[in-house]
Amino acid sequence: MAASTTTVSIKSLAEESHRARSRIFGAAFLIIAFLIFWLFANGVDPVLQSTFGLNQGNVKAEDRLPDWVIPSYGTVVMLSVVSAAIGGAQLARGFGRYTHLMLGLIVLMFIFSFLTWATRDASINLAGMLRTSVGAAVPITLGALSGILCERAGVVNIAIEGLMLSAALVATLVASVAQNLWIGLIAALLTGAALAAIHAVLSIRYKVDQIISGTVINIFSTGITSFISAKFMQVYPDLNNPGTFPNVSIPVLSSIPILGGVFFSSNIFTYGAYLLLIIIHVGLFYTRWGLRVRAVGEHPKAADTLGINVLRTRYINVMLGGMAAGFGGAYFTLGSVGRFDEVMTAGRGFIGLAAMIFGKWTPFGAFGSSLIFGFADSLASKLAILRVPIPSQFLLMAPYIATMIALAGLVGRAIPPAADGQPYEKQ
Amino acid sequence: MPPILELHGITKRFPGVLANDHIDLALNEGEILALLGENGAGKSTLMNVLYGLYQPDEGEITVRGKTIKVHSPNDAIAAGVGMVHQHFMLVPVLTVTENVMLGVESLIGGVFLDRKAAAARIRQIATQYGLNVDPDAYIKDLPVGLQQRVEIIKLLYRNADILILDEPTAVLTPQEADELFKVMRSLVSQGKSIIFITHKLKEVLAVSDRINVLRLGKVVGAADPKTATETQLASMMVGRQVELTVHKEETKSGDIVLQVKELRVLDDRENMMVDGVSFDVRSGEIVGVAGVQGNGQTELVEALTGLRPALSGRAEIAGRDTTHANPRQIVELGVAHVPEDRQRDGLVLSYPVADNMVLNTYYLSPFARGVVIQQPEVDKAAAERVQQFDVRTPGIATSAGSLSGGNQQKVIVAREFSRPIKLLIAAQPTRGLDVGSIEYIHGRIIEKRGQGCAVLLVSTELDEVLALSDRIAVMYRGRIVAVVEAAEVTKEYLGLLMAGVDPATIAKPRKGEQAQAVF
Amino acid sequence: MSDSQAPSLVWRRRLQPILLPALAIFTAFVFGSLVIVLTDFSVLEAFKNFASAPGGSLSAAWKAIGTAYGSLLEGSLGSPARMIAALQSGDSKQIGDAFYPITESLVAATPYIFAGLAVAVGFRCGLFNIGAEGQLFIGAICSVWVGITLKGLPAIVHIPLALLAGAAGGALWAFVPAILKAKAGAHEVINTIMMNYVAFRLSEWLLNGPLKRPESANPVSAFIQPSAELPRFFPDPIRFHMGFFVALGVAAFIYWFLFKTTLGFEIRTVGANASAAKYAGMNITRNLIIAMCLSGALAGLAGANEVLGVNHNLANAFSAGYGFDSIALALLGKSHPFGVVLAAVLFGTLRSGSTRMQNVAQIPVDIISVIQALVIAFIAAPAIIRAIYRLKAVGEGEGAVFTRGWGK
Repeated sequence: MAASTTTVSIKSLAEESHRARSRIFGAAFLIIAFLIFWLFANGVDPVLQSTFGLNQGNVKAEDRLPDWVIPSYGTVVMLSVVSAAIGGAQLARGFGRYTHLMLGLIVLMFIFSFLTWATRDASINLAGMLRTSVGAAVPITLGALSGILCERAGVVNIAIEGLMLSAALVATLVASVAQNLWIGLIAALLTGAALAAIHAVLSIRYKVDQIISGTVINIFSTGITSFISAKFMQVYPDLNNPGTFPNVSIPVLSSIPILGGVFFSSNIFTYGAYLLLIIIHVGLFYTRWGLRVRAVGEHPKAADTLGINVLRTRYINVMLGGMAAGFGGAYFTLGSVGRFDEVMTAGRGFIGLAAMIFGKWTPFGAFGSSLIFGFADSLASKLAILRVPIPSQFLLMAPYIATMIALAGLVGRAIPPAADGQPYEKQ
Repeated sequence: MPPILELHGITKRFPGVLANDHIDLALNEGEILALLGENGAGKSTLMNVLYGLYQPDEGEITVRGKTIKVHSPNDAIAAGVGMVHQHFMLVPVLTVTENVMLGVESLIGGVFLDRKAAAARIRQIATQYGLNVDPDAYIKDLPVGLQQRVEIIKLLYRNADILILDEPTAVLTPQEADELFKVMRSLVSQGKSIIFITHKLKEVLAVSDRINVLRLGKVVGAADPKTATETQLASMMVGRQVELTVHKEETKSGDIVLQVKELRVLDDRENMMVDGVSFDVRSGEIVGVAGVQGNGQTELVEALTGLRPALSGRAEIAGRDTTHANPRQIVELGVAHVPEDRQRDGLVLSYPVADNMVLNTYYLSPFARGVVIQQPEVDKAAAERVQQFDVRTPGIATSAGSLSGGNQQKVIVAREFSRPIKLLIAAQPTRGLDVGSIEYIHGRIIEKRGQGCAVLLVSTELDEVLALSDRIAVMYRGRIVAVVEAAEVTKEYLGLLMAGVDPATIAKPRKGEQAQAVF
Repeated sequence: MSDSQAPSLVWRRRLQPILLPALAIFTAFVFGSLVIVLTDFSVLEAFKNFASAPGGSLSAAWKAIGTAYGSLLEGSLGSPARMIAALQSGDSKQIGDAFYPITESLVAATPYIFAGLAVAVGFRCGLFNIGAEGQLFIGAICSVWVGITLKGLPAIVHIPLALLAGAAGGALWAFVPAILKAKAGAHEVINTIMMNYVAFRLSEWLLNGPLKRPESANPVSAFIQPSAELPRFFPDPIRFHMGFFVALGVAAFIYWFLFKTTLGFEIRTVGANASAAKYAGMNITRNLIIAMCLSGALAGLAGANEVLGVNHNLANAFSAGYGFDSIALALLGKSHPFGVVLAAVLFGTLRSGSTRMQNVAQIPVDIISVIQALVIAFIAAPAIIRAIYRLKAVGEGEGAVFTRGWGK
């Protein structure tokens, strides 16, 4: 905080700074509009067409939607013009509080232009891509929800990555041994809760810096999972073969065109994430539990003077958060590849934290940002198949760079719960 | 009738300190008992024991003749004891209703919050005791006076009939304080009992039914507000004769050292906290800035010392434009700054006293040669200053955090006063200090004035401003509403100005007269 | 203050700074042996008969632990008997073999010194640099590039240039999160982690593309020019090289910089109390950026040291966790350069011994990460160690007077 206030240009005037900010956005919009044209329309033969598939692989023949075919050049030019128009309007008078919405819109147009360009004279399954986006968003969402549960009560949890990794391993191991996915899942939840409990004890009871405590869990998790994986799972492949939860289509909802396939024909992890999303949202803002949790995260002393047990609230929430992360960890193995690999979470827990910040500590905000990150993820994997002259490693950087841009507060600075990260001392 | 609340032999020890030493206290039903004592006398500790926030090492508490164990605020609340803390215990991002219902929530179906029912009850309490407030407002949007009402409503909502008010007037104007006293009277007349904690003598005399005086963790005496005098209470409180006035020589003020013109400053949330302020301070003169906390004094000082950017206007120090100067440039012009929050801004608590003594001069000769710090020089200067300013510390290697508040402040004063200065900006220089340290710091400020230094003194303690200043500027909502000669005004008159009453409508009082607004 | 104290208390006060870390390490190893025992089938097998033959099962457990830590020690320090025999024989080959493990430990300690200093400098300024790993990669890439492409330079020029390139690369990689923190308030922890992943992908791409050794099927770079190699002092296979002394020199410099210069004073003040630093006229943004870049430069040096001193080329994933271990190092060394050096030597020993432990006792090297995590936990929460060993708290913090407590 202190650092950021010093950086405010001394001459900045309030309205002036608003206008300056607004102008910066306008200029950025114009630059993006130009980039859209320059990168994705320039030199493209106007006769080429982009084809987007709108069907999931498993749709019956009579339900299939026709492919969506658009002229590549024309589409990109049009999008570039629309972006430029928005940029011009932003420069001229500004969109006020809709500025961020416009930014989102323009980023979407940029991405769509990119896709159109990448699929010129080729085709890509758009529906399938959205579906993988949702799939990739699931663990990120669960990580973000884990973070929300902890941080709303005032405990910073950067251990989500480690919790997920450990839970992923335990889920695999237990499900393989027990030959039962559900037992594996429960074991994952318990693992998440147990490791989170260690984080809680270190940071609440022993008042260890919460970042350090989280780092302990992360290093421990990396070590112990690699250890067990090397010692047992690579030696006995049967221990690393739990299978995966099947996809279940939700009746009615899954038959909605396009969206049904994208959102409602998945496995229990996706539905579990939806359910948690709703429960945590309602719980936080409409129940006694949520009011108390928020009070503890904002002003623990106030809560304490009203007889609310601050420490207990924090312990419970951190462990609940651990279970959410454990659920997300099980996704990597039981919900996705059906096998544990060393350090397979690859930073998804951290990206989940970024999604939480980006979503301003609200469940639905976090879900929205998770979808963006998930999209970046799936974009990277899909484009590898297309003839895009970008090395795959650069595409794989996308989610990480997106995270940094998001955190840099391009979309307004988010304010965490006031007591976030501060140990509570009664005396 | 037996007392509604009794404390017997309450003792509370902290490492190295006996905060409460066998304290006995009795509160009768329907009375206001004042607990008077200076900072650090153990008042707040005692009340935190009563409220279950601390566990006493010895002693017992009886309510209505029954001995109770208070392990947590829950037990206190169950026994009908409620407390308004000196620092409000309100969650800024929640509404009034949510804050009040927190902990005793009305529920629908055992799960969901029933905000409507709670709001209705709040309205009912508000009407009964004359405590109007909008239940749906967010705390962060309410002025301090209203926040205090919410705190009182919180207690009444929990059916408390023993109310503890810890330094409730610290954040109020004299007029707001009078309002509070009326509310207290109305509460007492409806059967509540109140313990009123304060260190302000006048307030004790104005509102209480009985007075108990605390010093160094002990009850040192009782007094009757009808017969007691301020001097008498002061010497009981401090344990020796105290002079309530500050002696200062007549001095001639000289050239203008600080000149402020139409200065505008925003706070972090971009509220206009200083809104077109103009004044000047001459050498050899103390200008006091009076005002209720939060009326822009903090931001004014921060802007003048380079800690916060000015939005517009101009500040000049010794003829140089410092409107957009940074803290270092301002220090180098010969400005000393005693910051409002000494532990946050003024000291690095983990550093030894020696390093704190050169916190803003470490890069200058003789403390540094090139980029290399000359530790022997630093230590030598620090030792001299510790001596000179009577800092009680085991040594210059002791960390500043382990000193008492008074000695921490002396470290800051020593650092700021031992370089050649033309202007002293002192914000809340004696907040939270014991009387001895207050007297010492006042003396040093007066001494600087005598040496021809210009002094800008910002304080929410009206008595302090009145005692030290030559001229007084009153700040209200970011503006200076009046600049007056200190010798010509009364506290009541200043109070009206601080409350935002238009100076033109106040009959200018002579010293000793009661000021009155003419409407 | 001190003359009234019992002599034992004085002693304990003096010993405490060493005692606590020592006990933390010891306890972490005890927990580590628990993991070893619990994951050893032969021990678990023996414990099935615990009721009938408790001695047998215990000795099985003891044997497992003994084999593990014994091989760890031998792998890191060597066997004293062999050393004596070798010295008596006077055969330089034999001496080299006998002392090989201990020199390997110092070789492993060298990057730890740099990386530990990197994290420590960050801590001193209130920054948590989890990105040492990525900075180390970029440092290695830069210095390998300079080592390969600049030809015909004398070693006295080439080596410093290659080292500087590594430092610059690390500093650049740290500059991104630094500027994001200073200008946008984005927390450096997440950003440095993200920069790690970007660095991994970048090096992957470079090693499969521009930097790839043409004649190799694997993603490895060409070898650096001999003029860029840090000189070694003994014949092969002893790899002990000048980097160790460079590291010691850098540690001494960092000590001087942090504690004896005005800039160091500023950096520490920003870390200790940013508000007071601002009040005292220090430029917080500038200090944050300087500290972070210095931290990155040190991490970059760790990478440069590895490629110039040990590997002489760059392979994918060559670092394997130096960056993360360095957090434990900095904490263990209390963010003091000399403490960091000691901790680095200790960790280097562990690391170089762990390979032998894996070969002899079939215990994956990852056990070291587990032990390190526990060390960090115990160092960060000394109360746990005090509780286990029933130590009384002495030293700072105790006896401090807090009469106001609540609300302030």
